[in-house]
Amino acid sequence: MSIAEHIVMLPIVLPLAAGAITLVLDEERVALRASISIGAALLLVAAAVALVGVAGGSFATVYRVGNWPAPFGIVLVVDRVAAILVLLTSVLGVASLVFSLARWDRAGPRFHSLVQFLIMGVNGAFLTGDLFNLFVFFEVLLAASYGLALHGSGEVRVRASLHYIVVNLAASLLFLIGVSLIYGATGTLNMADLALRWREAAPPDRALFESGAAILGVAFLVKAGMWPLGFWLPGAYSSASAPAGALFAILTKVGVYAVLRTGLLFGMEAEAVPSTGTPWLAYAGMATIAFGALGVLASQELARLAAYSVMVSSGTLLAAIAIGSTRLTGAALYYLVVSTLGLSALFLLVDLVDRGRRPGADLLAVTAEAFGAGEGEGEEIEIGKSIPAVTALLGLSFGACAVMLAGLPPLAGFVGKFAMLDALLEPNPVPAASWAMVALLVVSGFATVIAMTRAGVRRFWVAHAGSVPRVHVIELAPIVVLLAMCAALTVGAGPLIRYLDEGARALHAPGGYVDRVLAP
Amino acid sequence: MTELIVALAIGVLATSGVWLLLRPRTFQVAVGLSLLAYAVNLFIFAMGRLRVGVPPVVDAARTADPAAFADPLPQALVLTAIVISFATTALLLVVLLAARGFSGTDHVDGREPEQ
Repeated sequence: MSIAEHIVMLPIVLPLAAGAITLVLDEERVALRASISIGAALLLVAAAVALVGVAGGSFATVYRVGNWPAPFGIVLVVDRVAAILVLLTSVLGVASLVFSLARWDRAGPRFHSLVQFLIMGVNGAFLTGDLFNLFVFFEVLLAASYGLALHGSGEVRVRASLHYIVVNLAASLLFLIGVSLIYGATGTLNMADLALRWREAAPPDRALFESGAAILGVAFLVKAGMWPLGFWLPGAYSSASAPAGALFAILTKVGVYAVLRTGLLFGMEAEAVPSTGTPWLAYAGMATIAFGALGVLASQELARLAAYSVMVSSGTLLAAIAIGSTRLTGAALYYLVVSTLGLSALFLLVDLVDRGRRPGADLLAVTAEAFGAGEGEGEEIEIGKSIPAVTALLGLSFGACAVMLAGLPPLAGFVGKFAMLDALLEPNPVPAASWAMVALLVVSGFATVIAMTRAGVRRFWVAHAGSVPRVHVIELAPIVVLLAMCAALTVGAGPLIRYLDEGARALHAPGGYVDRVLAP
Repeated sequence: MTELIVALAIGVLATSGVWLLLRPRTFQVAVGLSLLAYAVNLFIFAMGRLRVGVPPVVDAARTADPAAFADPLPQALVLTAIVISFATTALLLVVLLAARGFSGTDHVDGREPEQ
């Protein structure tokens, strides 16, 4: 095994090392901890870029940990989809860490270690080829996310975290039941081996395997925030501190990815009616979109709006995966990447926009609107007063986020939604589920436009919106960079969609994956 | 007989765990999660098939027949699961105490239900 092959291990080892070092460093050594953490995150981006190159060259690269042969040892598998997701995670990690340098990383103990462990868990979950290992990485990322949800403390955070922790602990127990049922029925936990073995299993074992897979699916869907399993999500995400929220944007995607990967390996398609995919998952995903869109419309705080947008995004992905043509999966993966970037930028932006506002101002604004009170009474109209540069920049970024999430041209959100619509309307005749999905995609985009415009008008176009927030350059920079990446991905949509299409094709034909993993 | 006892134990633990998990007080929820974790750990163990008096560690000197040994994998898995559930329960207890300190009540929603 050459040195270059060990690069597969880096997305897990780098954050682990950085997290461990920052954990033992003194709390006073702020600068040293921050530079180690940021340095590791930047190295990770480089490693992830290299990984994307490696994965683009071959079908799937298999790394045997400890060099044990596949069904017995634990394997890490890099294919195109996993590589892109690792890159996405590492980019979000850098953005969130840089943003936190202004003040959040000192708002509570061990922030850098928690972020690093979270990144390690997410990367591990994307790369692993073993079910129990997937459980361990889920637990790593969840444990870190509990700490990050609590970061900054305060009553609201503690209460929301309590619900978040309890729901996720219960879901983890379901995960374990599913994993052990699958092991009991087939005698293996290697995903590639399972993909072969479940077909050969005798009927009683087959039933056990299927119930195990179903329980496992429920655990994944809880993490993906699917309606009706995702009621924990808005509270936990909206109360989390900004850099934590920006990272949480990827956590639901880990659940979606797990559904996609295991679902396709365990023959989700084979069982389903041809051309309509897995109907109940498609409808549940659509219900999630509808619930999320209603939540977006009903939200008075920006942070809640962002949290419900996460639900819309994850519902869209689940429904797209379930409807399940190869092209649709490719488009959905592109949408996953760009919507996560947009959501992450929005979570960071909310913190800056809401800074310097009185608590309860949102509620007041809504009541004032409803009752028509306070308009034009004793308010001097200021003429010709220049808009402060910070407000202008924040407003522009907010507008870009709105365009991204609603899927309006010209940003990448539009390309993603358009690619999905195109793939949905491809079969002839178009099945009813696809039509419903098309309608929901458009309607949810419309709801986002309404809610974001309303929120934007209330924050940026009023004369007395509170003092201009004091914003550091290192807080604005990550937001601008994330949005610039969205713009770049609009221009570079062609190559990325082609790359992800290849990845989706590989996911839908798991034979190649299985052969590579089990090759001696 | 062993199977029946183990199955009953798992069932009773899981039932009590789910019941307590659905209760409104944080302490009940914490105990419920612990009981559920015990049930799940026993369940994982049982998925390696119940064998009495056979070692899980292969001793090459004695015999090379795998049928003479218990499946070691679920036993290794259950160790990991125990450690993880133990650690997360400890974290939950800290959060539970913090919530109690902030809100002055041990209701899971942070406020007493209105009478």
